[in-house]
Amino acid sequence: MQKLGFIVRRLFKAVVVLLAIVILNFFLIRAAPGDPAQVMAGEAGAADEKFIAQLQEQFGLNKPLHEQLAIYVGGVVTLDLGYSYRQNESVTTLILDRLPATLLLTGTAFFISLLLGLLFGAIAASRVGSITDTAVTSLALLFYATPLFWMALMSILLFSVVLGWLPAYGMESIGANLTGLAYVGDVAAHLVLPAMTLGLFFMAVYARLTRSSMLEVADMDFVKTARAKGVHPARITRVHVLRNAVLPVITLAGIQAGQIVGGAVLTETVFAWPGIGRLMYEALFQRDYNLLLGIFFVSSAMVLLFNLITDVVYTFIDPRIELK
Amino acid sequence: MQPGAARDFWKRFLRNRGSLVGLLILLAVVLLAIFAPLLYPQDPWRMVQRPFLPPLEVDGFWFGTDTLGRDIGAGLVYGSQVSLLVGIVSTVVALSIGVTLGAVAGYYGGLVDDALMRFTEFFQTIPNFALAIVLVAILQPSTESVIIAIGVVSWPPVARLVRGEFLSLRSREFVQAARVVGQKNSQIIFRQILPNTLSPIIVMASLMVATAILLESALSFLGLGDPNTMSWGYMIGAARTVIRQAWWLSVFPGIAILLTVLALNLVGEGLNDALNPRLARKGR
Repeated sequence: MQKLGFIVRRLFKAVVVLLAIVILNFFLIRAAPGDPAQVMAGEAGAADEKFIAQLQEQFGLNKPLHEQLAIYVGGVVTLDLGYSYRQNESVTTLILDRLPATLLLTGTAFFISLLLGLLFGAIAASRVGSITDTAVTSLALLFYATPLFWMALMSILLFSVVLGWLPAYGMESIGANLTGLAYVGDVAAHLVLPAMTLGLFFMAVYARLTRSSMLEVADMDFVKTARAKGVHPARITRVHVLRNAVLPVITLAGIQAGQIVGGAVLTETVFAWPGIGRLMYEALFQRDYNLLLGIFFVSSAMVLLFNLITDVVYTFIDPRIELK
Repeated sequence: MQPGAARDFWKRFLRNRGSLVGLLILLAVVLLAIFAPLLYPQDPWRMVQRPFLPPLEVDGFWFGTDTLGRDIGAGLVYGSQVSLLVGIVSTVVALSIGVTLGAVAGYYGGLVDDALMRFTEFFQTIPNFALAIVLVAILQPSTESVIIAIGVVSWPPVARLVRGEFLSLRSREFVQAARVVGQKNSQIIFRQILPNTLSPIIVMASLMVATAILLESALSFLGLGDPNTMSWGYMIGAARTVIRQAWWLSVFPGIAILLTVLALNLVGEGLNDALNPRLARKGR
């Protein structure tokens, strides 16, 4: 019951943040050079007058600013993110079409990076100073400094062009018309490179943090007590150290969910992954601001969702957390 | 700083071999950026050889040429100017926002702190790369808009750090003493407390320059860089479609970014060892 109340309060907070983003979007449209109707229609001067007039009517652009804001917020609340003049389709439809692909990619990358990051960090911390530790630390440092999009390109070069092991572009083989398990396998093969490159950077971050956090916990008194009592070292690592060391990692993972969603723009662009990240790149290319801001809104919503999930996970891992 | 303190600093900084390597790489990048016009008097945008010239094939074109016959070596050297400029200036922008908000929040506490921290949290929640893209797109791509965008998305961690430091320092005796002798709040903030929070801020700043360079390269990779400057990210973005035919177009600029960012991270770790000796020993 207490948990439910906690989640409801977090949900309320998320809604407030979303509302703030809608207001931010509203002012961003007005910060762009040119008349708001022209901005929403795409590149200035490219849209026909009838459509501009219709936009001005729909968004009340001749009315005072606060009324315009009310109209805009009202639209977003009813999931109307406007119309993409360039793609000849409503922004909501365009985004909903592409959303599952992005959720699949970012979700996979998130879990891969968290699991492997914790694993490698824990291995390094339990063998401080060994070759394994040095290898993990150096690789983490290297991945942490590598630009995501470049890593993506290099993995295409190595695994698709040179070795020919994995497909480089898209989410499924074109014209194969696979069904059932064969289809799942096909998508999985296409998922490997984008998810790995997107996950590697964050894996490095989590591995570093897990390592230092475990070393910190390992110095604490209750661990010494456990050791003095003769608890098996493997059990100390797993139960006493890791469980406590994992908390800051989960916190960071929640904070960084936003960066994974942002990183998806680069990964999807390079791998031609048909998600909202690539849609954002297309919108950028066509100066389709309405679509751009719609995607910005939806990706922020995704981040809030990830945050909510990590909050819930946190309450399960750390029962001490105050649920107020 | 006393002479002995400076020697201590260098001793601790250089104890980690990595930070020395980082410092040397960084120095090399800075020198390249400064002497770019001497090394390559030609404009990096000019076509100087046949297109798709592989590396080491023609003397003087060690890195080959791109799709339009422009010298990759010149691009690499001039690109370092953009990376360093954007990295440093946007960090200064982020620091000035973050330090101000963090100091005010931590010093005054209460409602001010609450409001400012909500504001910070809001900016920390928004996917920051997506916000940077939107900002540059709306403001139109230019070096200034890239700097503004990166500054706007990078300040929240600074604000949190500075706020934490101020919270723990504001009730210390030297602050109370300053208050008793009648110093103004602004004097206490800037003259008394801020100097005591400099070490962690310096460490964070060095790491922020690295992140800012990564962000700049990602933005220009997407075509959001200043259209008139040659940057590493732009070079990779332009070479993306021909990666099967010409690997060198995208490999070299990527290595340049990697080395610069790695060097900054190593220097940051070294600074952390040297400036926060008590904290740094853990986990090393």
